[in-house]
Amino acid sequence: MKFGVVVFPGSNCDHDAWWAVTHNLGHEAEFLWHDDESLGNADAVILPGGFSYGDYLRCGAIAKFSRIMRAVERFAREGGLVLGICNGFQILVECGLLPGALIRNRGLKFICRQVELRVETTQSPFSSEFRKGQIVRIPIAHGEGCYVADPRTLEELEAEDRVVFRYVDNPNGSLNDIAGILNAGRNVLGMMPHPERASDPLMGSTDGLLVFRSMAAALSLAR
Amino acid sequence: MTAITPELVAAHQLTPEEYERIVRILGRPPTYTELGIFSVMWSEHCSYKSSRLHLKKLPTQGPYVLQGPGENAGVIDIGGGYAAAFKIESHNHPSFIEPFQGAATGVGGILRDIFTMGARPIAVMDSLRFGPLDHPRAGPRNRRILEGVVSGIAHYGNCFGVPTVGGECVFESCYNGNPLVNVFALGIVRQDRIFYARACGVGNPVVYVGAKTGRDGIHGASMASAEFTEESKQKRPNVQVGDPFMEKLLLEACLEAMETGAVIGIQDMGAAGLTCSTCEMGSRGGTGVEIELARVPQREVGMTPYEIMLSESQERMLLVVQRGREEEVFRIFRKWGLDAVAVGEVTGDGLLRVKHHGEVVAEIPSRALADEAPVYDRPRTRPFRTAPLDGPDFESADLARDLIRLLASGDLCDKRWIWEQYDYMVRTNTVLGPGADAAILRVKETGTSLAMALDGNGRYCYLDPRQGARLAVAECCRNVSTVGALPVAATNCLNFGNPERPEIMAQLVEAIEGMGEACAFFGTPITGGNVSLYNETLGEAVYPTPVVGIVGLMRTQPPVRPAFQGEDAWVMLLGGLGSCDSRQFGATQYAKVILGELWGVPPALDMDYERRVQAAVREIVSAGLAESTHDVSDGGLAVTLAECSLGGIGAEVDLRADDRPEFVLFHEGPSRIVLSTRQPEAVERIAAKYGVEALVLGRTRPGVLRMRQRGRLLLDCEVESLRRPWASALELALRG
Repeated sequence: MKFGVVVFPGSNCDHDAWWAVTHNLGHEAEFLWHDDESLGNADAVILPGGFSYGDYLRCGAIAKFSRIMRAVERFAREGGLVLGICNGFQILVECGLLPGALIRNRGLKFICRQVELRVETTQSPFSSEFRKGQIVRIPIAHGEGCYVADPRTLEELEAEDRVVFRYVDNPNGSLNDIAGILNAGRNVLGMMPHPERASDPLMGSTDGLLVFRSMAAALSLAR
Repeated sequence: MTAITPELVAAHQLTPEEYERIVRILGRPPTYTELGIFSVMWSEHCSYKSSRLHLKKLPTQGPYVLQGPGENAGVIDIGGGYAAAFKIESHNHPSFIEPFQGAATGVGGILRDIFTMGARPIAVMDSLRFGPLDHPRAGPRNRRILEGVVSGIAHYGNCFGVPTVGGECVFESCYNGNPLVNVFALGIVRQDRIFYARACGVGNPVVYVGAKTGRDGIHGASMASAEFTEESKQKRPNVQVGDPFMEKLLLEACLEAMETGAVIGIQDMGAAGLTCSTCEMGSRGGTGVEIELARVPQREVGMTPYEIMLSESQERMLLVVQRGREEEVFRIFRKWGLDAVAVGEVTGDGLLRVKHHGEVVAEIPSRALADEAPVYDRPRTRPFRTAPLDGPDFESADLARDLIRLLASGDLCDKRWIWEQYDYMVRTNTVLGPGADAAILRVKETGTSLAMALDGNGRYCYLDPRQGARLAVAECCRNVSTVGALPVAATNCLNFGNPERPEIMAQLVEAIEGMGEACAFFGTPITGGNVSLYNETLGEAVYPTPVVGIVGLMRTQPPVRPAFQGEDAWVMLLGGLGSCDSRQFGATQYAKVILGELWGVPPALDMDYERRVQAAVREIVSAGLAESTHDVSDGGLAVTLAECSLGGIGAEVDLRADDRPEFVLFHEGPSRIVLSTRQPEAVERIAAKYGVEALVLGRTRPGVLRMRQRGRLLLDCEVESLRRPWASALELALRG
């Protein structure tokens, strides 16, 4: 299985995602440059955390126009697995691959914290290895992670079982305590918490590794 | 052509004697541009003219040191063919004038120092000092400065992608008009890929990369070399503006360019910008550098040579590239969307020659500029202090209430509000982050780990600079040892007032000597650092505040934390109860917070005993015998035990001491570590081997902290009644 990790010039969790896949999960991963047009032979794509193009404008607003995102959009439309973490989640909503928006945290401050999440659904290629209702510890680190959407979208997300992770103790004001959501096709997940930071026993939690394990399981099933 | 008048010379903060020296070096009067160049290079900030003589007293060599002072950062051997480059630097003056950008560019500057060595930064720590947040007059401003500094550090470090993993934050009235912002950074580099700031190979092109040059920060280095007055706010334009995204691009592009082998030398443009980088690279390489300013990428039109040479615009680098391989390097910078322009070349004549549209505007021997700055043996008397030797009579009305007040005080309260704004986990190496005695970073390249801590104590140093500096080194080594690491090297940041005052100069010299003595004793040579003088506003100096950063080596293992982990473990005090007299008590947090006084002398330190305590705790931690470890420092034993309890598991202890209870609970004698264990005999055996005391104080208990002295109950607290005021104090204080 080969994971492609997209590198924008301001990505800074790209290496962490690569490490989690290669060293903690034990699969292959390669970096994909933001200015390239192809995803190579990646079986799944990770949009990592960071500040894609500095994000002085709106997080992810410029990344949306990058060349690689055309390829990611195509890949997602064809059913390919795309995981957006933190800045990756922000880029996915900017591109319209996921609904809603991510705005400044309720407290207007950047927050780096180990938080608890409830796994709301295991019916996805990103969460099949969890138990439904399981409480997991995966850290957050963001300034703009407050998830908002109009009431109809929220209703849709809930009705279609597309909320994968919810904060147990909401740190940023996200509506419905949303920490991670799926697209309608269930092949794109955006989440603010960082599963790659909870993949190594040394980092205090390995709950995040289950996200990557779920993806690997889904990919091997598809083969 | 601007005429060089005595007034102009004085405005450049050069003395008449220094001006004479310039004329002698050049054999003629300087041009206006040359005067500007000399003024920044010979400023205190760049030349260390007041401290250089005394800095020579510091130990700089040791078995782990690959590069000592004199380069952009010190470098130590961490094994496995890898090295760590690290340094601490101050950004005090800019942070007072413009807290957010001042602190942000402080982070940017030290990060560039690290990756200039070829090292990828993996950790930042900050040592911060502010005026009290509740100060009747300066409180609102102090709160604004703290908020600005913290968000500036967060803004820069988070975006750049380096974790901010620890540090300290202290409040004293002497920092009202002069906050201290000291930033430490550490990076990892392969030993055969270390880069130096040298211009070698006559004819090789000198390449400018990164941000364009603007009019910002002109004379920043000179500003940092003067006291603050009422007019200092007008210096706001001297503070630069940071762009962490640009810095991130610069990091990636520089590291990639270094990989090609086409880069000969590299230097960042920090203080004194293009001036400093060109003349220092020439001086170190024993060569000259010639540049054409018209080729320098500029943000504004009509900039004069003077402005271009003195600009401190951020995120710029100067490279010397192997002739004929320019295109390889340019291609990489283009890939990262950065400007890279050949602006000149290395020459063999030892001169810094600056041309503007072909006309020579400055021609100065590089060595004279960089290394022949005046060195002053400034007169000194006895260290300045007004504090009395003896303090007031006092008796505690309620020891439990005193403990709670201490835990809710500025220096000791929970700093989570600060460090949660920092991404302390990015790069997934943070084994132990903020809030512990030392931070631990796993090094992926070697499989081993590094521990690091920052320490300083202005109160101790004010009472006795020599002893205070020794204690800071001892405490920092203890913090690193407490988590199980062997301290091997140090960096220092010396924050003092105006060295032209003999009583301030005396503080500086005493502190340097004390620090040198302790660093030599503990085997932690100083591999680099920074001196920040003129930390005075309207004639009031800060406490002498030497800050030391120490790096230790350890094997990678699950971290041992300060908090008690489970009930019914044995609580032990390694190093013993220590002792204290009424003069030594005057330096404590108890005297500061509960009595509102400062008197006497700092605690006594037996360095040999300290070293043995540290060796013992390292062995105890490595053997996996400790469930928790926490060193005793500010606030004394009672505060330490409370801090160990704040996770929920408290303790019940009986202290077999005969001193008065205030002393037993709150004295700050060094060489002590609280630990919890299931195997007290094994701990005792190791302690005995090193000849240090290991007292069993009691057992851990859920939810309560109870302390007795020879059976007599001193205090009995619910952990929650301690935790709540500790956890909420900083946020409450920030609300004003």
